[in-house]
Formats: sequence, structure tokens, C-alpha cells
Amino acid sequence: MNSISLLLVNFRRKRIRKILTACSFAAALFLFGILAIIYDAFYLPIEIAGSDRLVVQNKISLIMPLPYSYREKLTQIDGIDLVSFGSWFGGVYQSERNFFVQFAVDTETWDRMFPEFVVPPEQWKAFVEDRQGCIVGQKLAERYGWKIGDRIPLKGTVFQGVWEFNLRGIFQGKRAGDDTSQFWFQYKYLDEQSDLMRGYVGWYYVHVSDPDRAVAISDEIDDLFANSPFETVTETEKAWTAAFIKQFGNIKVLLLSVGGVVFFTLLLITGSNMAISIRERTGEIGIMKTLGFSGARILFMVLAESLFMALAGGGIGLIMAKLFAMQGDPTGGFLPAFYLSSRNILLGLAISVLIGLAAGIIPALQSMRLRIVDALRRV
Amino acid sequence: MAIPFQYNIRSIIVRWSSTLVAVVSIAGVVAVFIAVLALAYGFEKTLVSSGSPENAIILRGGATGEMESAISLDQIRIVQDINGIKRDKDGVGVMSSEVVVVAAFPMKSTGTDANAQVRGVSGDVLQVRNNIEIVRGRFLNPGLNELVVGSKASRLYSGFDLNSTVLFGGTSWVVVGVFDAGGSAFDSEIWCNADNLNQTYKRPQNIFQSVTVSLTSEDVFDTFKNAVTTDPRLTLSVEREIEFYAKQSESVTILIRVLGFLVASVMAIGAIFGAINTMYSAVSARSVEIATLRALGFKARHIIISFVTESVLIALIGGVVGILLILPVNHQAASTMNWQSFSQLSFTFVIRPEFMLEGLLFAALMGFLGGLFPAVRASRVPIVTALRGL
Repeated sequence: MNSISLLLVNFRRKRIRKILTACSFAAALFLFGILAIIYDAFYLPIEIAGSDRLVVQNKISLIMPLPYSYREKLTQIDGIDLVSFGSWFGGVYQSERNFFVQFAVDTETWDRMFPEFVVPPEQWKAFVEDRQGCIVGQKLAERYGWKIGDRIPLKGTVFQGVWEFNLRGIFQGKRAGDDTSQFWFQYKYLDEQSDLMRGYVGWYYVHVSDPDRAVAISDEIDDLFANSPFETVTETEKAWTAAFIKQFGNIKVLLLSVGGVVFFTLLLITGSNMAISIRERTGEIGIMKTLGFSGARILFMVLAESLFMALAGGGIGLIMAKLFAMQGDPTGGFLPAFYLSSRNILLGLAISVLIGLAAGIIPALQSMRLRIVDALRRV
Repeated sequence: MAIPFQYNIRSIIVRWSSTLVAVVSIAGVVAVFIAVLALAYGFEKTLVSSGSPENAIILRGGATGEMESAISLDQIRIVQDINGIKRDKDGVGVMSSEVVVVAAFPMKSTGTDANAQVRGVSGDVLQVRNNIEIVRGRFLNPGLNELVVGSKASRLYSGFDLNSTVLFGGTSWVVVGVFDAGGSAFDSEIWCNADNLNQTYKRPQNIFQSVTVSLTSEDVFDTFKNAVTTDPRLTLSVEREIEFYAKQSESVTILIRVLGFLVASVMAIGAIFGAINTMYSAVSARSVEIATLRALGFKARHIIISFVTESVLIALIGGVVGILLILPVNHQAASTMNWQSFSQLSFTFVIRPEFMLEGLLFAALMGFLGGLFPAVRASRVPIVTALRGL
């Protein structure tokens, strides 16, 4: 009888208890998946934000505008090869609960500024040619079942009235964390229909040819507009996103403390189960040793059993988390990047292995060191 | 006769190590569960307590928040004469016409900028919001570039000590006082004079964003609202101040509850598996004992009741430990971004007694579910086979 078939025989014993242990593993790794998704939803935007893109905003706050005339001045700065801009719209689709981001964008430069968002060229062309055109991300289109050609009304809040848009294109993100729950429309449409922002834009995006000069160019921009009625703050998109996300409070600490509680508990549960199931087999291990099984082989078998349960349970948990993530954001728009990355799946499997080993190691060592005499005395 | 309760207590003590596992896992779930309730409630309470029942807030028709609203002075003068508004000794309606801007200031905790709501208020504001109390310094003098700071804002942002000068909007302002707003959203705000704020931000004078009026009583609200909304000269919407702020808290509390309960329920499932496991191993370790009990004449249902009781008891111990673990966060301050005003809102965790009770009930439920199947298994232990093991 080889080790594998011995392992299989062992699995058939106390089946309910083994299934339960694997299930508690599955629950814990499912939870790990959810926490990792929430973490990524907050921090992934920082990671993937460009360090060669700068955000130029009004020094007072993001919601104060900047003059349109800055566009020319920014273009002339050495080292800047592209200037684009956007404005926040803040419209409501059907009900206030349907929250998504809407930007009025500069059609001439936006697609070059954000190459990570991919739109079929003919859709982009149709969008540029229709003043009332709009382009939405894949996720947003799926959420409301929009198809190209649909007419989408948004109720303006800052910009009064009902605004009608024609859906001309759907964009995809190149990377998993790219936010495809945005809604873009022509800045010109906003400018023509409302005098609220005429001559002003919300903020500028600037692309620098050399990322190493990003800080120097930021300072140059801010110096240029210092002491004017519209002073600016310029940061790389990365720094800007990081500062924005910090405003939500310390999510990292929250997630790490919940995760810590969960894994400590999990280790206890699995550890005690392994210990119990080995203790019940003490006599048997004694007999196996009498038959000539080496200590190392017994160590290996006990560890393999613990590892197998950890991996099976953990794997199921991670698959469930992945399926859950594929249902989309459960909060209705707050966490647009609700996604379980393969990096986190691997991390989850690594954690399973680690806990499986940690839980199995003490009973495994005990049974390896077990003296035949002591073991058989208990029979 | 039922199996004595003492049997359960003793067996819990004897099997202390596996009991500990179940206690710790249930304690963790209960702690997270109560923390979520306390967080969502604390946030909600901060916003809801910002409104007074006899106040009404007036915005431009269709606006959902102050940011999106604009009201001209002409309209405000018409509103001022409508019946239902409390009058001062000269017969003038008590109201505060306000403007808000969001300005970025460095946070003490991280050093990075966060958005604060700056509110320009007018003369009557302390009569309209009578829960505001100046705790240090004095209130604003109209016409001067002066600031009073909410008690939480003064702790959240650096540079707001009394008599210090603050730069924003291209002008310097002097901090003349700190006010306490009884834990409401105003505590996270910075106040100045409305006209000065309009000047600084080069906004048209005589345009305000909201008007809060003090009514003679709660009951006149409907009549007042009717009078404002049916006046052909006005295109305004009227809402009770309490409802206005309650609505602001909705989206964030939904976010906290959805994510929090998702995490807590998955943890609970894990803990139930843990409890089932503990009880199963207890049952199999005690099969001889159980068989003895049966041989003594105890019925299957006695065994079931006894084991479920034991499991619930372990879970309740876990629940109590969980409550003790989470109690220190009560009244801890936290701050996050309020989506509606796009600015920081400070609030505190509030653990209400009923949250603890709910935590215990939750623990008992986990114990019951965890103990039921093993208890049924225990009741079916074959007496003869088990006793042969002696």
C-alpha cells in the first residue's frame, strides 16, 4: 500500500468533519477574496494611475473651475506634448440612486490622453460627429442594458434641465482595474447649452514627454498661474488619486484588522481539527511505525492531509469569490473596479498552503516523534 | 428529567482548548458585526442630528444638494414674508441665507489635503440653529474676514488654532472662535460670513445657495411648503431640515452596511462550521458518556437539548467576549468623505445597547446552528456498541 492510497483511505474517515474543515477554509478564503476586491477597488486606481499624466486643478478645490484660456498657455510649456480637459457634469439618470461619473470631455484630445480606454475608431468618429453624442464604458452599458443608438436622458443638477444624449460608442479598459463605468460627452455640447461654465473647464490633464520631469513641470505650471485669480495645483495623476482616496479614511487598517481576525480564527479552527483527528489516530500511527513506516513518511502524510484540505477548501472559496465578483459591484456604483485579480487568487492559494502547513505541523511533528511503546500502550 | 445543566458547564471547562477555538471564532464575528452597526449608525446619526424638526431648508427647485442650488436675494425677500416663519421682535423672519464652497486643507492625521465644507452664513444663523454653542473665542463679526471652526474640523485640520490666520480663496482669514454643534455635521464645517465668501470667490453678490428658516412650529411646515411652492414668483423646493440631512447619509450608510454585513455573514458561516466541528468532536469523544446517559434512561431529546444548550452556551461566551473586544471603539472618532457635499465628515462609532443584544442573539443563533446536527448525531449513538468501547 503506497502513501497515496493510505491518504485516500484516511480521507474517507470522519468525512463530515473533514468536509466541515474544508468548508471553514472555503468561507475564510471567500472572505479573503472579498477583502482583496475591496482593497483593490480603493487602491488599484492609484497603482494604475499614470505618472506621466498631470492633473491641473484650481488651487481652492477641485470643484472650482479654471479658465479655458489656460489651454494655450499650458501647450506652450516645454516638455508638455498634450493638453486635454474635462468637466464634472453630475447628472441624474432616472433616480439619484443610479450613481455614475459623467465627464464633459474635449473630443480632440481625450482619446490620445487616455489610450488605456479603447473605442473602435468608427464609434469614436460617430461620437465626434454628433454634438449630443456620448460614449460609455462597458460596465456602465451592461448595468443599464444600453445599446449603441440608444437615447439617454440625464437630469442636470448643477446644469439645469434635462439633457439628452445619443449613445455612439462603448469603450473597454485595457487593464482589469480601468474604470469602465464612466460616461463621456462632448464639452462643446455643455458649453453651447449652458452659460454656467462658459469659458471655463473643470480641470486640465497634461501629458509630459519625460515622466522624470513631472515634478519640475508641475512647479512650472503652478508658478505660471501664481497670483492670478485662478491659481492652480498640479500633481501627477498618481499623487492626485492617492490624495483623493486618502479622504475616505484609513481603509487599509480596517481591512487588515478584519483580515487578521479572520485568519487567526481560521488557524485556530483548522489547527484544533488537525490535532483532534491525529490524536484519535495515535494507536494507528504506532502500528504503522511498528510495521516500519519511517518518521519522515508519517510527517509527510499528516502534512499532506492538512495541506490537501487547505487547498481544496481554499480553492473552492476563491472560486466562489471570483464568481461573486463577476456579478458586479454590490454597492451600486461606489466600487466600479470590483474585480478579483489573478495576483490575489495566487496570494489566496499561498495563504491556504501556509495555513495548511502551520495547522498540520504540530500534530505532524508529534506523530513523527511518537514512540511506538507510548502509542501502543493507548490501544 | 432533563440532563443537569452542570454537566454542560463541566464539560465546557474540561474541553477548554476546543471550547476556546469556538469562543474566539464567534467573538470575532460578533465584534465585526457590532462594529458595522456602530459605524453605520454613527455616520447616520451625525447627519440626522444636523437638522432641527422646526427648521425648513429651501433650495432651487430640482436641486438635490446645496452645491447645485442658487437662490437670488429677491426670492429670499419674498420667502421672508410668507407666514409660518418665526419672527424676531422687529417682525423680521428668522432665517439664514447661506453659501457653501469646498476648500482643501491639510489633515492632521496624514498631512495631505482633504476637502472641508466652508459655509458662509448670515446674521441670524445662531437663532436658526440653536444647537450651536461657542466653546472658545467668540462668533463672527459680519463684514470681516473671520472664521469660526467646528469642534471636529479644528481637530481634523491643522492650522485652525484660535487667532491664527488661514489662507484660502486668495484671502487671509482670522480664526476667532470654535463652536460645538452637538456632534452634527456642522462640527466638521468652517463658517464665515456669506457676503465675504461670495466676494472672495468672485461669485455674484446677492446669490445664495440655501436658505434655512426657523418655523413657528413643526406643524406649520406643510402650509409653509405649500405657500412657497405655489407662489408663481418662486421656483424653489422646500424640505424639512431633518429629512434633507437624513437623505445625505443614505448612500454612505448603504455602502457600510452592504460591505460590512457581507464580511460579517461570511465570517459567521466560517464560525458556524467551526462550532459544528467543535461539537462533532465533542460528541465523538464522549460517545461512551452519551451511551451511559442513555443507559441511565435519558431520552434522545434530552441528549439533543443538552448538546444544543452546550453549544449555545459556548457561543454566548463568545458573544460576550466579542462585545468586550469591540466596546473600546465606542465613541472613537473617524472621518470619511460625504459624497453629497464632497467634503470630510467627522463622526464617532456609536454602540447602542440593542446592538450588543443583537450581537448576542447572532451568537446564540450561530451556536444553535452549530450544535443542532452534532446533537442529533449524539442522540443516535448506539448504546450497546458505544458501551462495548469501555
